[in-house]
Amino acid sequence: MAVVLKSDREIGLIRQGGRILAEVLQKLVEGIRPGLNTAEIDRFVREEFDRRGVYPSFLGYRGFPAAVCVSVNEEIVHGIPGRRVLEEGDIVSIDLGVIYKGYQADAAITVGVGKVSPEAERLIRTTEEALLAGIRAAKAGARLGDISWAIQSYAESRGYSVVREYVGHGIGREMHEEPPVPNYGRPGTGIVLRKGMVLAIEPMLVVGDWRTRVLDDGWTVVTADGTLAAHAEHTIAITNGEAEILTALDGVKP
Amino acid sequence: MAKKEKIEVEGVVVEALPNAMFRVELANGHQVLAHASGKMRMHFIRIAPGDRVLVELSPYDLTRGRITYRLQ
Repeated sequence: MAVVLKSDREIGLIRQGGRILAEVLQKLVEGIRPGLNTAEIDRFVREEFDRRGVYPSFLGYRGFPAAVCVSVNEEIVHGIPGRRVLEEGDIVSIDLGVIYKGYQADAAITVGVGKVSPEAERLIRTTEEALLAGIRAAKAGARLGDISWAIQSYAESRGYSVVREYVGHGIGREMHEEPPVPNYGRPGTGIVLRKGMVLAIEPMLVVGDWRTRVLDDGWTVVTADGTLAAHAEHTIAITNGEAEILTALDGVKP
Repeated sequence: MAKKEKIEVEGVVVEALPNAMFRVELANGHQVLAHASGKMRMHFIRIAPGDRVLVELSPYDLTRGRITYRLQ
């Protein structure tokens, strides 16, 4: 299937949805503390989205039972919020998708709960930096593999591995559109990026090996070796200059 | 929400087996059983022990794969 290019109007809608998403994500991050039940994160998202008249794209997606993915420590992505209580020193990834006027935006952030170890801190920071390295490589005329390589080389040169089985994706009317955006690859390969492409770039970094396994709930993806993982994601638009981050609060630049 | 994807990794062919099957050692030391993709068979691309290849793994069975490309 071909990559769908978005018009300025469509990108405008994704930007508006992305802004709402970023605001809710920001409020969530401020509320993360030891003792918080992950089900409360889900309830908060539903209330906030309801109030703002937007719909959580994950809810019901292939049967996903919540409005938000909450993945703690060795959980990489797709964790289901529930009875788990956050503890001091945990790291928690919050992944959120919004549908606004028929268009979707997707973003994720990993944060520490209370005080975390320097190792966990470094993992989170490197994951964010890897995402920004990927976004900086996302220019019209460059290739998809340039994004992948920017992320992989940034992460691996700092001693982390990148998850292979789960990838970023094009996004628009659907949450998962073409092309897949892997976090590993070779520069100069893959499709040529063009103005109007909208991509969700989402590096998943692991302290140990990149292999994963899915828990019995059918969703939660964990590291096979049980080591810590972090995840960061933005939805971006390819322009003729620097890529535009569509899921950021004001003033955030790649 | 991340999309589930097939994994493609690099490896070296260690043994040619019957029926266009090969034992391939991946960069991380794991060995997998891989068959040549239909396209490779159609174009008569020969694979011999020692060749570097790209192997597509199934997330569901990491011990088996499909050789999609022979690297130079």
